[in-house]
This record gives sequence, C-alpha cells and structure tokens, in this order.
Amino acid sequence: MSGIFSIAVVTGILNTMMGLATPFLYAALGETFAQKSGVVNLGVDGIMLISAYAAFYVALISGNLWLGVLAAAIVGLGMGLIMSFVSVTLKAEQGVSGIGLYMFGLGMSSLLFKVTIGTVKTVVGFPQVKVPLLGDIPVIGPIFFRDSLPVYGAFLLVPIAWWVLERTTLGLKIKAVGQNPAAADSVGISVDGIRYFSVCLGAILAGLAGASLSISQLNLFQDNLTAGQGFIAVALVYFGGWSPFGVLAGALLFSVVNSFQLWMQVLGAKIPSSVAVMLPYLLTIAALTVTVNRVRQPAALNKPFERGES
Amino acid sequence: MKRVLIVVAVLFAAAGMLFAGGSTEKASGPAMAAAKPFKIAVVMPSATTDAAFSQSMWSALQSIQKEMGGESKLELKYSENMYNVPDAAAAIRDYASQGFNIVIAHGSQYGSSVQEIAKDFPEVTFAWGTDVNTFGMPNVYAYTAAAEQGGYVNGVLAAKLSKSKKVGVTGPVEVGDAKTYIDGFVQGVQATDKSIAISKTWTGSFSDVALMAAAAKTQIANGADILTGSSQSVVGSIGAAKDNGSVLWFGTQADQASLAPALVVASQVYDWTAMLKDIIAKHKAGTLGGITYTLTLANGGLKIAYNPGYKLAADVKAAGDAAIKGITDGSIKVNP
Repeated sequence: MSGIFSIAVVTGILNTMMGLATPFLYAALGETFAQKSGVVNLGVDGIMLISAYAAFYVALISGNLWLGVLAAAIVGLGMGLIMSFVSVTLKAEQGVSGIGLYMFGLGMSSLLFKVTIGTVKTVVGFPQVKVPLLGDIPVIGPIFFRDSLPVYGAFLLVPIAWWVLERTTLGLKIKAVGQNPAAADSVGISVDGIRYFSVCLGAILAGLAGASLSISQLNLFQDNLTAGQGFIAVALVYFGGWSPFGVLAGALLFSVVNSFQLWMQVLGAKIPSSVAVMLPYLLTIAALTVTVNRVRQPAALNKPFERGES
Repeated sequence: MKRVLIVVAVLFAAAGMLFAGGSTEKASGPAMAAAKPFKIAVVMPSATTDAAFSQSMWSALQSIQKEMGGESKLELKYSENMYNVPDAAAAIRDYASQGFNIVIAHGSQYGSSVQEIAKDFPEVTFAWGTDVNTFGMPNVYAYTAAAEQGGYVNGVLAAKLSKSKKVGVTGPVEVGDAKTYIDGFVQGVQATDKSIAISKTWTGSFSDVALMAAAAKTQIANGADILTGSSQSVVGSIGAAKDNGSVLWFGTQADQASLAPALVVASQVYDWTAMLKDIIAKHKAGTLGGITYTLTLANGGLKIAYNPGYKLAADVKAAGDAAIKGITDGSIKVNP
C-alpha cells in the first residue's frame, strides 16, 4: 500500500478520471437541458449506443473522425426527434417511452454492427493533444491538459451550458417551460417547440457522448458498448440538482472514485474486488443523501403539457 | 387522429422490442432434402462476434456444419446476448419443443434452467457449460475448459518477455474460467520468474468495455508492459495496449491476434469441435447425456495459438512449448 498517495499515483488517478468522466458529461449535460424543459429522457443509453455505432462505422469507412462525430450528432438528432414526437406531441408516458427508445437503440446498434461490420475492429481515434503552455505545468499539466479533443470539449461544455441556461433568453424559456408551462404558454412561448429543442439538443449531446466512447476513449465498437453508462448519466442530472456545475461535480465524483478503485486494485490494496467495484456507486448514494435538494426539480418534469389543462 | 398516431407509435415501439434482448437467427437452407437434418441450437450470454466465449462455441459449430455437408445436413440456430437468464430459459425450452436434437446452454448461469427444462424433454440432449454438473440426469452433458492450463503457458511466456518486470491482469468477475485462467497465468509467471510483480484488476462486469479499458490503462500507467485478461470486454484492454503501442497481450477463449496483430503474442483457444462431434455421435447412438467433458491441452480442446504476426524469440517459444509438453504429460501440475 506504500506509495498510494505518491504524486505519480495521484496524477494517474486524476488523469484516468478525466477520460472516464467525458461520456457522462456530454450525456448528462444534454439530459439536463431536456429535464429543465420538463421531459425525462431515459433513452440516453440507447442514443449513445446507436450514435457510437454510427460514429465508429463512418470513421472506419471514411477514415475521417470528424465525419464520425457528425454522423453521431445526426443520428442523435434523429433519436431525439423520435423521443420528442412521442413525449411532446403524442404526450405518451415519458419514462416508458424512454426505455423503449433505449431498447431500440441497443437492438438496432447490435443488429447494424453484426450486419455491416461483424467482428470487433478498431480505429485510430482522437489522439492526445497537449495544450501549449498549460500542458507543461508540473503535476497539473499532465492531469488536465494532456487529453484528447473530445475530453476538452466535454469540460468546456459545462460553463457553456451554464451560460446558456442562466444568462440567455433561451435558457430562461427552457426553465420557464419546465417550471410552469401554462404560464410560459400564456406569454407566447411555444412549450412544444422549446421541449422539442431541448430533447433534441440533449439527444445530440448523448450522440456526442457515444462518439466519445467509440472513436476517442475505446476506439472500437462492440455490442452494448456503453454497459448502462447512459442511465448513470441520467442519475447524475438528479444528483447535480439540474445544474451544469452540479452535473460536473457528480461526474467527477463518480469517475474519480472509479479511477481510485482501479488504481487501488493495480497497486495490490487488500480490498476484495467486489467491494472496490461498488465504491463509486456507494459514494454517489452517500453524497446524494447529504446534498440533494428536491425543491430544485423542475416542477413540470415528466408531465406532458396540454393547453387548457391546469 | 391522435389515437391513430398513438397506435402507430406503440406498434413502432413493439417492433423495436423485437430487436431487444438478443436476436435469433434461422439458418436458411434449401428445402428439406431426402433426410431430415440434424438440428442443434445454442443459447449464449454474449454476441457471436465477441472475440471470446460465445464466438468460440459458434465458430466450432459452424466448422462442424461445414464438415457435415452444410445446412441441409446440420441445421444450426442460435440465440445471442441472452444475459437475462429467464429469457435464456425461455429460448432453451422453445428450442427443445421445436424438435432440436441438441440444445446447448452456453453459460454457467443457465444451470438451474437446464436442470428444470431437461426433465420435460427426455429425448433432447442438453449440453451445458462451463460447469461439471450433469445433475445426474441422463440427457444432460456438462462441459468446461481447464483454462488454467493455457493460462500457465501464457504466464511462462509473459514472464520471459516482460522487460519492466510488471505484468497486469484485467479480469471481469472473479468466477468460472476467468478465475481459473488467471490463477493459471499467475502460477506460470511465478514458476518462471519470481521477481515479476503481478497486478490484478477485476472490473466486476463481463461486458463493461469502458471500465476494462480504464483498468488496462491504469495497469499500463503503473508500468506493466504485458497484459492479459478474460471475457468479451477484453477488447477494451487490447485497445488500450494498442494505443500504448508497445504493451503485449496474451489472450484466452479465442484467437485474439486479429485485434492487435503486432502486439498479441499468443492466445489460448477453446476448440469445442472434438467435444461437439463426440456429443453428436453419442446422441445418434442413443446416449443422450451423463458425461462431463473438459477441454485440456492434452486432448486438443485447448490450443495455444502463437500469433505469426509477432516475432517471438526462439528460446521464449521453446519455454512455452516445454510448458505445454509438461502439462500434457503431467509433469507440470497447474491448480485451477
């Protein structure tokens, strides 16, 4: 156990954390937008899967990673439109339709993978890019400023998302629609339009999360690549109190504990592996009981809006 | 209008559900010729393309089909991604009731399902693995692989090749052939070079590729220059080795050389064909079960596939071959 808190190990843990947190950040920030406007999208994992496949396949056949990213965004948008149509226009039960979307994404991605690719293949994904100057700072540099572009994108998205939600009219409209859609409707805001937008934006970001897995972190696609990470991302939205910085805190907490337990196992710490694997989930639950504030839930969350109903 | 739209959406979702929970494939073949084909069905917990456990069984079945003369002689059906045991049980029962001669339940989690279902179909042979228990039933075969043997050989090779004297293991869940393989690997390393440090990481999941990749990256960051592991999620570890560029990989369950042609040294390959042929022959002769099969290096069920794309030094290969010979003739004992 000696050396467990040496600089090299701490740097390693934090650097691993950055990579692990990236898909959670994209997906959870996207889901924050959707939920702020009142729609729960449980299909995030399915969107991540089918977009991961799309990004991987396009990158594989074209050799161009950015085309892969574009493909993931387009596929994400498509899934978002399906979800919006079902939840907002048809006003179906959001939780159930989200799960249906998840199963569709899971099955479709597996089917397409089997039919078009067949065996596990790898691509050369986004390489590590060192930020000039900042990347050379001892200790801090190797942790935060030597990652791939999708990782930087995910972390930059946090203040951008905060700014959009808190400092723009669009953000105000999204929150209004999620808090009191009847009032928003009465002042001329298109509730359906805003919800379509938020859900689709959330789905596009979930698509980017999938792409960050298949053409950046793992550089491959396999059946059920995400193994449920999309659901954890949805949970992180609740954990983060529907705020981008809260989501960041949740994603980092979960990822750093995950990274920590991996390092502990590598260094031979005498903890049973099953306990080590449980740690991130246990700590997240513990943190939830201490910090979550139910008052901040968007009041109209999971309630379809019908003009004329109170 | 809205009602019509809702019905359409529900039908759409229902159609989507058809794809979920795994797919079944019918081997399409020509219409029945003179003789009825022999029918085998297999239920698997992961995809046939998983480069590991399920793929090893499926490719064995396909090669037997080819040998027997194609789909008109041997009809194959599979259900993959049956990680949900009740779903798998339904599939097993389905196949048995459709008149399949042999139903293979390829997953140790299917044991209690097989025990229950085999009672209802006394003329159907059920083959179940990896495990050794035939439940005392006359129509159940059990099979397993002595994965620790190939693990030992891989360990010997790894010990000779490691320059940093640090070897990393990325395992899924500490059960079954994952555990025995890794235990064998550790024994092989320690028997060859006691100074080598072995680090084991268990991710707790057979399918979480991202976590497996993170575990592998952590091992590499800690200085390991050789990695090994088990389950279909090791594609994550192999990817991490590839990203690093100089970390070597030892595989198990299937030949994983194609995943990283320059870095995979050798893989322990599960070759189920001899066992399957024996089961088919026994079924045709009237013995529907009651035997446990174990794949070993000695009986050819386990093979060490050296990767021709990796230039293995002659003395290292000699050590590996000596280990194979030692296990085969019994002079080296590997504990599972």
